[in-house]
Amino acid sequence: MSGDNRARLLALYATMCRIRAFEETALAAHRAGEIPGPLHVSIGQEAVATGVCLNLQADDRITSNHRGHGHALAKGAGVAGMMEELFGRAGGHCRGKGGSMHIADFSVGMLGANGVVAGGIPIAVGAAQGLRMLGSSAIVCCFFGDGAINRGPFLEGLNWASLYDLPVLFVCEDNGVAAFTRAESVTAGAGVLARAEALGVAGVSVDGNDAAAVDDAASRLIAEIRAGGGPRLLHATTYRLMGHTSTDPARWREAGEVEAARAHEPILRLRARLLAEGAAMKALDAIEGDAWAEMSAARSAALAAPWPDLATAWEDVQDIGAAQEAV
Amino acid sequence: MADVTLIEAVRLAALQEMRRDPRVWVLGEDVARGGLFGQYGGFVEEFGPQRVVSTPISESTIMGAGLGAALVGTRPIIEMRIFDFVMCAMDELVNQIAKIRYMFGGQAKPAVVVRMPHGIWRNSAAQHSQTLESWFTHIPGVVVAVPATPADAAGLLVSAIRSDDPVLFFDPKNLFPRRGALADIIAPLPFGQARKIRDGKDLTIVSWSAAVPIVEEAVETLAARGISADAMDLRTLWPWDEDAVCASAARTGRLLVVHEAVTTGGFGGEVVARVVERLGPGALRRVARLGQPRVPVPFAPPLEDALKPDAAKVVAAAESLLRD
Ligand SMILES: Cc1ncc(C[n+]2csc(CCOP(=O)(O)OP(=O)(O)O)c2C)c(N)n1
Repeated sequence: MSGDNRARLLALYATMCRIRAFEETALAAHRAGEIPGPLHVSIGQEAVATGVCLNLQADDRITSNHRGHGHALAKGAGVAGMMEELFGRAGGHCRGKGGSMHIADFSVGMLGANGVVAGGIPIAVGAAQGLRMLGSSAIVCCFFGDGAINRGPFLEGLNWASLYDLPVLFVCEDNGVAAFTRAESVTAGAGVLARAEALGVAGVSVDGNDAAAVDDAASRLIAEIRAGGGPRLLHATTYRLMGHTSTDPARWREAGEVEAARAHEPILRLRARLLAEGAAMKALDAIEGDAWAEMSAARSAALAAPWPDLATAWEDVQDIGAAQEAV
Repeated sequence: MADVTLIEAVRLAALQEMRRDPRVWVLGEDVARGGLFGQYGGFVEEFGPQRVVSTPISESTIMGAGLGAALVGTRPIIEMRIFDFVMCAMDELVNQIAKIRYMFGGQAKPAVVVRMPHGIWRNSAAQHSQTLESWFTHIPGVVVAVPATPADAAGLLVSAIRSDDPVLFFDPKNLFPRRGALADIIAPLPFGQARKIRDGKDLTIVSWSAAVPIVEEAVETLAARGISADAMDLRTLWPWDEDAVCASAARTGRLLVVHEAVTTGGFGGEVVARVVERLGPGALRRVARLGQPRVPVPFAPPLEDALKPDAAKVVAAAESLLRD
């Protein structure tokens, strides 16, 4: 089993540390007024993106949602371009025109975060259909939250993928909340797996705070998809340690709830396991330290990076009939 | 050269392009049965079910999957069946397709054609008759095509399929039986060039899509009454031929815009505003717009007929513009 392998656990640990350090650094920069706009962080949920993406290849594609920094990093998106994008700078992956909610890095198969809940689902199934048409053996992995399963594109997209046997891994990142509302209070029936199974999409549930378990489950499902088995769904339960956005204190949560959840957060858990299995504390500290150093260097670089030229505001609208007005 | 109906012309145009480029494919409800209007007749037999994909009734995913497939390098023709159903896919069209190139800093160009047969046709009532093309001109990132003749529809469809920009192609339902000459090899027709319907000096008449045959009839009646109209078919609304309209309006000083859409908020208002901005407020002596009143399209034939623009209304509007 892949999860038994020490090197693999260390790889999971390193990626999770990088995601955590990226988002903590971005939060600090946001508080300092360096990053404008809304910021949705996935602190506490890093194991899902990490465990899934470790099983993807370079030419596999992913689609993501509004809470997508982890997905992008785990798929290999460049950190400098991501941080600059958050800062709105010219060197961002989207040249400063997308920001946190629209990070994309097509060079590593990251087809975009999405500001619309469930917006990535139709895009993912179409990408899989297009890849098959072009003779590619790549697969597509589609990340969305528990809130997305109450939107129509979830039903349409899973039916579609099932109907055409498309190579898609749907990943429902179930943190139990949608913005300020507990998901269970707005979701009828037996949950996402039952809905998927009703549409002919087999799936499994996994403890989404256990990176090795996510890795194992994803590797099995992805092997089935690569073998031509059609779409699969991974339901990963996790916990959002922060508010909905960087400015949301989420005070509606019960006293002690977040503190209790911290004991189960994925980085500490994997660290405890690695230590118990004989990994050196110094080695783990070094991985963590490197991640923080990388992200803090990216923050300084982004802060010093140039803003986009005003002329770029007019670029990349369309080729035919592009607006001509002078600023 | 062949003499063909408009619906056959667009069938031939898509057929030519699918033969030319294996990355072009079509998805939508019933397209493997030839499509609702026969515009894909014979396609599945020639290209197979992978490139002619009959889909579930899932407009969001028809639109969104078309986009996803474009992002990995195919060139989909997204068929909406009837324009009005695009309302079920507006997120995918407006928030995703129209935004993705800009929002992602040019990393991807969504090379899709969205076909939306629109307009009043065979008493189909309020949910199957709308002409809301002006909405889409308001959205940066898309091209808007509204052809009215077989040759124009075919040429613009070829351009649309070859374009890297998303093109919203409004097939004119009521004009599908219209006949006209079509070249054996259909050349791409550039977007943004108006077609002259008739040269004249007394007033300028601008129209597109289903309003074009009405204007064609009206200008003959006007000519018989000694009024010479300079009439044109815009063919595309974004980009649109501002130069041609302004040049004509500057000469005649009288401008009438005729469209099937509701007058209020219709693209006629944009045409008039642009002409006034460019020529100055004193350049035009009279201006008018002729479209539907601001009511949904009614079912009963006498009601539907009474509300839609026709040649007699165009003639009356033109004559009133000349009376000052
Ligand atoms: C279609 C749509 N409706 C509402 C919103 C506003 N919104 C943004 S995130 C969010 C909650 C989403 O919950 P979930 O999908 O579970 O993801 P999570 O935020 O928990 O990661 C909402 C309501 C939106 N972006 N898109």
